[in-house]
Amino acid sequence: MSELTLNQLVSRAHDNGDYDSLISRMPYARLLGMQCLRLGEDMVFRLPANQDNIGNPILPALHGGVIAGFMEHAAMLHLLMFMGIPHLPKIIDFSIDYLRAGHYRDTYAQCQVWRQGRRVANVAITAWQTNQTEPIATARAHFKVDEP
Amino acid sequence: MSNTLILERAQRFLVALRHCQVLGIQVHDASPLGLTLRLPYSRQIVGDPESGVIHGGAITTLMDTTCGISTVCALAEFEVCPTLDLRIDYMHPAEPNKDVFGFAECYRVTPNIIFTRGYAYQDDPAQPIAHVVGTFMRMGKGVPGDKQLKRDIQGAGA
Repeated sequence: MSELTLNQLVSRAHDNGDYDSLISRMPYARLLGMQCLRLGEDMVFRLPANQDNIGNPILPALHGGVIAGFMEHAAMLHLLMFMGIPHLPKIIDFSIDYLRAGHYRDTYAQCQVWRQGRRVANVAITAWQTNQTEPIATARAHFKVDEP
Repeated sequence: MSNTLILERAQRFLVALRHCQVLGIQVHDASPLGLTLRLPYSRQIVGDPESGVIHGGAITTLMDTTCGISTVCALAEFEVCPTLDLRIDYMHPAEPNKDVFGFAECYRVTPNIIFTRGYAYQDDPAQPIAHVVGTFMRMGKGVPGDKQLKRDIQGAGA
């Protein structure tokens, strides 16, 4: 198998600033159409507006599950990229507060690791659309980060 | 409300949600006691390509949808109820190549808020993959665009 390990993919993505090959490895992230943008030391995750992600037909608005899935995956990628974990973190629990409707437009997410222990990491995720100070959702998750 | 009426409303509700159609989510069972939806296994919702395990996000979508639509089991008339919050606790990972079922019930309905809870499972409801609680807000009458959706979901006879 000539396939690159996860660690190699991560370091290659950091080197050339192109995270597409890392994201396209994960089918669910491809389905949502996730992207990530490196801004200095920060990583911003982007979910471009996509008809297939609509849940509420009235507004129209993104499906709450899509927003949650995007945020959960952003947290997982964030841990993978910055915390030197050689394998995919496993989700333990996930809690999300929906603050505003997620309209049919581009959505962004940023993560904050509040605590990383040997076995478990606690990550807070904020998602917004037009203005970062007016989030559409905040979430927090625990991941198992030790060997599978 | 009869089981058939609830089932029909749940089906029409689900059909209106495009992302659920993309995932192929279907109504499995509906009664005044609660709602069960089915998420078919597919490659597109895999999170870890090595193990083939479904991404937590797809399970969250299944459970947000199940909890949200379970409101039709408890309400005499259709109402738009956006999610306030949702929490998922993972008991163990889903097994690859197997469908996931989501069950949810409304355990408390107030004039403003609906409290729901449920679980996701594969073979055995007694061995859930995940436990879920979700809180929904009742928007009441007069939400813009609500009337057409209400007609669509309640059906012509309602």
